[in-house]
Amino acid sequence: MGNKCGEQSVSFSQPLVITSGANIVGPDEGKGPLASYFDLILDDMLFGEKSWETAERKMLEESAKLALRKINLQPQDIDFFLAGDLMNQIISANFAARGLGIPFFGLFGACSTFAEAILLGGILIDGGFARRVLLSSSSHNLSAEKQFRFPVEQGVQRSPTAQWTTTGSGAVVLDAEGDGPRVSKGTVGKVLDLGVTDANNMGAAMAPAAADTILSHFQDTGTSPESYDLIVTGDLGKVGQEALLQLLRQRGCDPGDKVRDCGLLIYDLAAQDMHAGGSGCGCSATVFTGFLLKKLREKEYQNLLFVATGALMSPLSCQQGETIPAVAHAVAVSG
Amino acid sequence: MDGNGEQQARENRQEEYRLLVESIKPKHNLLQNCVNAFLVGGAICLIGQLFLIFYSGQGLGEKEAAAATAGTMVFIGALLTGMGVYDKIGKFAGAGSIVPITGFANSIVAPAMEYKREGFVFGVGAKMFTVAGPVLVYGTLISCIIGIIYFLLQ
Repeated sequence: MGNKCGEQSVSFSQPLVITSGANIVGPDEGKGPLASYFDLILDDMLFGEKSWETAERKMLEESAKLALRKINLQPQDIDFFLAGDLMNQIISANFAARGLGIPFFGLFGACSTFAEAILLGGILIDGGFARRVLLSSSSHNLSAEKQFRFPVEQGVQRSPTAQWTTTGSGAVVLDAEGDGPRVSKGTVGKVLDLGVTDANNMGAAMAPAAADTILSHFQDTGTSPESYDLIVTGDLGKVGQEALLQLLRQRGCDPGDKVRDCGLLIYDLAAQDMHAGGSGCGCSATVFTGFLLKKLREKEYQNLLFVATGALMSPLSCQQGETIPAVAHAVAVSG
Repeated sequence: MDGNGEQQARENRQEEYRLLVESIKPKHNLLQNCVNAFLVGGAICLIGQLFLIFYSGQGLGEKEAAAATAGTMVFIGALLTGMGVYDKIGKFAGAGSIVPITGFANSIVAPAMEYKREGFVFGVGAKMFTVAGPVLVYGTLISCIIGIIYFLLQ
């Protein structure tokens, strides 16, 4: 198995190129510190649609089309479309794929979906099954709240550890060749569970998976925190990030001040009252396609480890008292 | 290591992690929440009391005036929910705006609004009581039990 590396990592025979990236975000994200990095900021959570669910799928479809348009590609130039979201039966991705007409793999990795898509897309290209793939994931605050928590107009207080589901969708084109940041290797996460049951504290549920994937990545690929300018986790939030740092230190790895989190980058927590930070497939997807890709292109960052984390519970499993399993997938991207 | 040992080790790891998370977690400000709840909850009750006095002054009997007051407060709670204001009050007041009857109205109107895209039968009709349903079920059950106890004691 030539390109498998260590226990759970892959190393591509030649780096794959992210030739295009695009994103669409909601009004709250447009008021955050990363506003200038987004392609389109919606002023209406409905995006001209009749429901939040249709708004989310439109966001996903439009961000995917925008990623193609930026480099003058048509859907028929793409071999496979890989996408996912948080809705039951991943309806946002499925319905967007209906509109795009590209051979499609639907993915579910909760908030880790974007990294999962990059990994799988890379494996498809490196395995010789595709030349060019389109990858996307989305989330919508109101459709997610409706599915996972209380009705939006319900007058309840949120827990201070709760994260805010980002409204946004990001898409990238991954190509065997071309210009752009390069993906050289990645690590497929194991599903871990350290017994957290509080769905309002998903960061804490996901931190052990993030720590495990990061350490496995270093071990499998012979890298260390020094190999990267930044380690960017997807959606751990304030509590999860602190838990991650402590878990890493407990296991003898000190990442210094290199750890960032998409959920903390996307909002101004104090001014926007976002509690523990952002979450959702759209959070890491928009921060990656907006902020991180730009910084990689401008060579401000040379090497990044992007680690998207997903909490794999459902409202049903939580009601039945189950603990929250989580997964984290990592991809190494260089500028 | 045998099965029991493994399970013990897993439980230890989980307990250790639980303590770690507890030490990081931001805490609710209990005193501030109590003060907010007291002020807003008290204000809602004061408004109710004013309506009660008003209706009594209009010549309604004690029971009728109470029913008219409850109806008015439910209407106000529903209206504020529909206008998107009640969730903001709730965010500040916590239990202060959940416990009074306006909170009950909010808990019915909010899901009704949320699910209107799914139609009047499987949406509004079926989901309207997802939050208030348990309150109605156990409220009714407890009143029956208390009623029976009261009956037996007489």
